[in-house]
Amino acid sequence: MVGSKPITSQGIFALLSVIKDPEIPVLNIQEIGMLRDVIVTETSCEILLTPTYTGCPAMGIIEQDIKACLHAAGIANVTVRLIYSPAWTTDWMSDSTKEKLRLYGIAAPLHSSCVDSSISGAADVRCPKCHSSQVRLISQFGSTACKSLYGCQDCLEPFDYFKCH
Amino acid sequence: MTKQEALFRYLLRLGDNALIQSYRLSEWCSRGPILEEDLAMTNISLDYLGRTRALYQYAAIVEGKERTEDDLAYKRPEIQYYNNLITELPIGNFAFTIARQLLISVFEFLHYTQLSQSKDETIAAITAKTLKEIRYHKVHSRDWCYRLGRGTEVSHTKLQQAFDEAWMYTGELFEMCEEDQILMADGVANNLEALLPAWKEEVSRILADSDIKVPNVDYMQTGSRKGIHSENLGHILSEMQYLPRAYPDAIW
Repeated sequence: MVGSKPITSQGIFALLSVIKDPEIPVLNIQEIGMLRDVIVTETSCEILLTPTYTGCPAMGIIEQDIKACLHAAGIANVTVRLIYSPAWTTDWMSDSTKEKLRLYGIAAPLHSSCVDSSISGAADVRCPKCHSSQVRLISQFGSTACKSLYGCQDCLEPFDYFKCH
Repeated sequence: MTKQEALFRYLLRLGDNALIQSYRLSEWCSRGPILEEDLAMTNISLDYLGRTRALYQYAAIVEGKERTEDDLAYKRPEIQYYNNLITELPIGNFAFTIARQLLISVFEFLHYTQLSQSKDETIAAITAKTLKEIRYHKVHSRDWCYRLGRGTEVSHTKLQQAFDEAWMYTGELFEMCEEDQILMADGVANNLEALLPAWKEEVSRILADSDIKVPNVDYMQTGSRKGIHSENLGHILSEMQYLPRAYPDAIW
C-alpha cells in the first residue's frame, strides 16, 4: 500500500462509486445493490458482492473493474468475494436511484411484493418517457436478465422495465 | 457413504440438472420462433448456468480435492452425471421445450422452496436466490401452455403430444436415493417424494386450463440416480467437453 493515509472502508466505498453496472451505466454498483460490504485489514481489502441474477454476465467485468480501480489507487491486495445471502432485491434501490433509471429510459422496479402482478403484466408500470399507465407487457425477458420488455400504448415507445426481484 | 460424500453427490445432482437444462435451452439461441422468445430461452438458459456455477463451486469446496467448477463440468463422463433424464431429451419442437420447462419449473419451485430452509447455509442461500428466477420460468412456460393448448388445432396437438412424450420422465424427479436419506436426517435435503401430490395438483390445474389432458402413463423411466443415461447425454457432453479435452490447458 502506498500513501500516508490509512485505508478505510468509507474510503474504499468512495473509490468504488465510479464502478458502474456495464449494462446500466447510470448506476454504480452500490446504487444497484451489488456492493454489500468492504472489509479492510492492515494489508488487504475484501469486497463483498452479491449478483443481481445468478447468471449475470456482468459480474466478471465488475470484478475486474473493482480490482483495476483499487490497484490504481495503490491498494494491491484486493479480493472480491461473491455472497448469495441475503439474496439481492430491487427493494435496496433508493428513490433517487430509481429516478436515475427513469431518466435513462428504464421504468424503475416496483416493490418486490408486486412480483406476481409484475410477472403477469398487471402491475402498475409507467412509461418512463410519457408516464402513461397504458402500457403492455411484450415479454418478461428483455435485453438483459434483469429487465422485461414493455410497449407504451400512448407514445408508442418500447421500453425496458427493471423487474422487481 | 459419508455425509461429505452425500453432500457432494447431492450438489452435483442439483448442478448437473441445471447445466444440462441450460445446455438444451441454449440450443434455441437464434432459433426461437420469435425474437422475444429467442431472448427468453437464452435468458432462462443463463439463469440455469449461473445456478450451475454456484452449485459446482460449492461442490468443489465440499469435495476438497482441488477440483474446480470447470473440472466438474468438463472432466466427468456421463456415468458420473446425475441429471434427471428429462433434462437431456432433445429440444424437439417449441411445444416440447415449453412442456418440459413447465414440468421442471413446477417441480423446482416446490423443491427449492424447501431447500431454501435447508440447515446447510450455502444451499439455503443459493436456492433462496434462484427461487426468484424459477418463479419467472414457471410463469413463462405456464402462459405458453395456455396459448398453445388453447391456440390452433396444430398447436394444441403438438402440446398434447409433448406432454405425452415427456410424462414418463417425470417420476424420476421425485426419486430418493442414499444421499437424500443421509442429508434429510440432518435437515440439509428435503423429502422429494412428499412433493409429488402438490406437483401433480399444480400441473393438472395448468393442463386443465390449457385444454390438455393429463397423460395416462404408468411406466416411469429411471436410471440417472445411478448415472445411467439415454444416448442423448453422451452427445451433449461430447460437444460440450470437446475443447477442454482436446486442449486441456486452454484458457479464455
